[in-house]
Amino acid sequence: MSEEADAILKMENITKVYPNGIIANKGVNFSVTAGEIHGLVGENGAGKTTLMQILFGLNHPEKGKILLEGREITIGNPNAAIAYGIGMVHQHFMLVPSLSVAENLVMGVEPRKGLKLDTAEAIRITEELSEKYNLNVDARSAVRDLPVGTKQKVEILKALHRGARILILDEPTAVLTPQETDELFDELKLLKDQGNTIIFISHKLNEIKALCDRVTIMRSGKSQGVFDVADVSEQDISRLMVGRDVILQVEKEPAVPKEAVLQVKDLTIVNRFRKHAVDDISFSVRKGEILGIAGVEGNGQRELVEALTGLGKYAAGDISITGKDIKKLSIRGIRDLGTSHIPEDRMTYGCAADLSIEMNLISYKHDHPDLNRKSFLMDMNAIRDVSRELVEEYRILCSTPQQEVRRLSGGNIQKVVVAREFSSDPKLIIADQPTRGIDVGATEFIRKRLVELRDEGSAVLLISADLNEVMELSDSLIVMYGGKITAYIEDASSISEEKLGLYMLGLESQSEDEIGRVCHD
Amino acid sequence: MTKSQRMFEVYRTGLVILIALLLALVIILLVSDVPGEAMKLFLIGPLDSLRHFGNVLEMMIPLLFTGLAISVMFSASQFNLGAEGAFFFGAIGAAFIAVNWHLPPVIHPTIAILWGGLIGSIFCGIPGFLKIKWGSSELVSSLMFNYIAYFFGLYLINYFLRDVNAGAMVSYPFAQSAKLIRLIPKTKVHFGIIIAALMVVFTAVFLYRTRWGYRILVIGKNIRFARYSGINTDRAIILSQVLGGFIAGVGGSIEVLGMYRRFTWQLLPGYGWTGIIVAILARNNPIYVPVAAFFLAYMRIGADIMSRSTDMPNEFVAIIQGIIIILIAASSFLAKQRHKMVVKEAMS
Ligand SMILES: Nc1ncnc2c1ncn2[C@@H]1O[C@H](COP(=O)(O)OP(=O)(O)O)[C@@H](O)[C@H]1O
Ligand SMILES: [Mg+2]
Repeated sequence: MSEEADAILKMENITKVYPNGIIANKGVNFSVTAGEIHGLVGENGAGKTTLMQILFGLNHPEKGKILLEGREITIGNPNAAIAYGIGMVHQHFMLVPSLSVAENLVMGVEPRKGLKLDTAEAIRITEELSEKYNLNVDARSAVRDLPVGTKQKVEILKALHRGARILILDEPTAVLTPQETDELFDELKLLKDQGNTIIFISHKLNEIKALCDRVTIMRSGKSQGVFDVADVSEQDISRLMVGRDVILQVEKEPAVPKEAVLQVKDLTIVNRFRKHAVDDISFSVRKGEILGIAGVEGNGQRELVEALTGLGKYAAGDISITGKDIKKLSIRGIRDLGTSHIPEDRMTYGCAADLSIEMNLISYKHDHPDLNRKSFLMDMNAIRDVSRELVEEYRILCSTPQQEVRRLSGGNIQKVVVAREFSSDPKLIIADQPTRGIDVGATEFIRKRLVELRDEGSAVLLISADLNEVMELSDSLIVMYGGKITAYIEDASSISEEKLGLYMLGLESQSEDEIGRVCHD
Repeated sequence: MTKSQRMFEVYRTGLVILIALLLALVIILLVSDVPGEAMKLFLIGPLDSLRHFGNVLEMMIPLLFTGLAISVMFSASQFNLGAEGAFFFGAIGAAFIAVNWHLPPVIHPTIAILWGGLIGSIFCGIPGFLKIKWGSSELVSSLMFNYIAYFFGLYLINYFLRDVNAGAMVSYPFAQSAKLIRLIPKTKVHFGIIIAALMVVFTAVFLYRTRWGYRILVIGKNIRFARYSGINTDRAIILSQVLGGFIAGVGGSIEVLGMYRRFTWQLLPGYGWTGIIVAILARNNPIYVPVAAFFLAYMRIGADIMSRSTDMPNEFVAIIQGIIIILIAASSFLAKQRHKMVVKEAMS
């Protein structure tokens, strides 16, 4: 382990318990030296974000202290953090989509002309900063229209503009293409050369190796120590992170696709900004295959999923599932065709956090004859039995199935969702970011189940912003960019990450004939 | 909720009530010239005779109905305040039948009560319908509808039911066959209390043991999840409002048929508002509604008795109720203690 005599920032013995009883940090020590890029790794749910939110004043620890240059400080809120020169770029961006880059950048410290914002000055500041740090952004364009990589640059500039010398980046690469990641790394190294200190959160070990000087490893809320990156191998880090060796390789036989279950023809979806979020696309998913949709988020995937599941409307085209047109069907009607849906956001759509695991597991099947008596009453014993079985089969860690979902960890909440969706003999599974933000164990489990279900004859449509996932798990791939399909890769294992990145960024696209091969009968 | 958390909620509610009562005593101390006497009457007056205790039970009956009605509507996270109007309007509906129809005993009140319930369900169903159809806030529309109920109701009484020979604006007397039988001699406690008890059981079973109740609860907790799961959310919303309105309407009917000989209300009786406090205290759970209704009824009768023989006005109950609502709704009240408990539990 490396010693840090000249720590600019130290966190000592930090403990944080959330209102739902989850201990996110347990006696964590953390320190960074001036001018370094310090990696913070740990699998999802390890408590990285919580620790950094404490540093940024967004969360308050039950125990522990924070020292800045040897002086103990309390950080009551983000403004205090900013005053101490600490800036944070969040996992989810906190920009106002309808405002321009310059307006977002100066928000909170606006240059004024009388009572009004001095727009010209804001633009000047933005351009100057952009120049100084070599982060290219167009000060005038609306944030809404920017690609993710650029939004991130705006966030970084915003933090720098407020005087951040210690910059926290929470999983900045999670949403980027390989090309954008490379660019980001160059920019971060430049920032470091200019004397800034950077805390870089990730769970991608190759990124830590490529970028960081030192790394702190976290596992289930505890620090596993801090190391010079040069001294530890990826395997070492991984073992400390997970507590065992993991290979997130999915083992699967080649797919044996049969007839098409989902058929999409000339589908166009207009979003509330009157833009074609999905623009005249056609594809099909066959029984026994996993078709992945790769693409940077915000390129029409959400709207597509909403249309397929009945949650959203579509303007033109046809969608049919098991040969039936779904245009006039309710959400329930679509589900009754054998459609299962793992939603992108499990807390918004996937569960009712205040209800018990049981009540969440039966939401689709609650009026099924198996769960109801002949009278008008529900059969509580049957519900209990079914729930117990599912909890067991899906290894949902809980004290009882009557426990509120809110009190589970992210991975176990996702297992509740998955258990419900996978247990209704699905003919078509729409898996939208099925493993986002959950631990390795749950991730492995869910990916394996998806492959099993494929082998049992389900058609799987996988939407994932995680390149590794979508490349490994899918049999075939399509890439979405700007609401269109820009490529179809029949054998997902045949394409390189870089090439995929080019399609995702819209820098390259296949011919119509090539893309047209994705339609089957 | 874990057991300790549920206990914590009970403890929190108990503490709120205690604080409110203490404040009540302080107010008495400050205002009254005979504070000792006033406090005694307020606290144990309801127990000093069968008649007084009977008053508590009589008061409890309408509160049970409105408390249940609101619990059902609020369970779907629909803040429909129409229980007041539904109660009043239901009562008028029952009065019509009690005055104008001639039926055998048991059947007469049954029809009158069901008719009152039907009117109540239409009344509370409308704000629900406006909500799902045009997205208008049920809170605002139900509030407005209460005034419509009030003035339209007075109009109906005045033009169609008014006994011109009576001195005040009251209806013709109810037919004897329509009245609910009294259960306890020397009190007015009537058969309605048994219907109320059945209604408690019915709503509890409905909400927690049937698929329709399940849908209402899921909608109340996360309507997007309900929709995603394929639940017809519009239908469940309407059902919850219609059922809530029905219970309130039945409550109004039972109140007039059990307690009065004519329809005499010139003002909205206010049970719908107090029912909101009942539902809040009971956390929308029908099982707890009787406890909350009893408590509020007891307090009101206590204040009544006190005001009759001392210089304390009984309106001060409103202050206590206000304090209770504020403290219970304030999620940060005792939040620190709750968090400490969570931390302790988690770390152990
Ligand atoms: N606001 C919150 N309320 C309750 N639990 C939370 C909250 N935020 C995070 N958690 C839980 O705390 C743990 C740590 O989460 P987090 O700090 O986000 O981990 P990481 O960033 O390493 O993925 C997880 O189990 C997560 O479910
Ligand atoms: Mg995180």
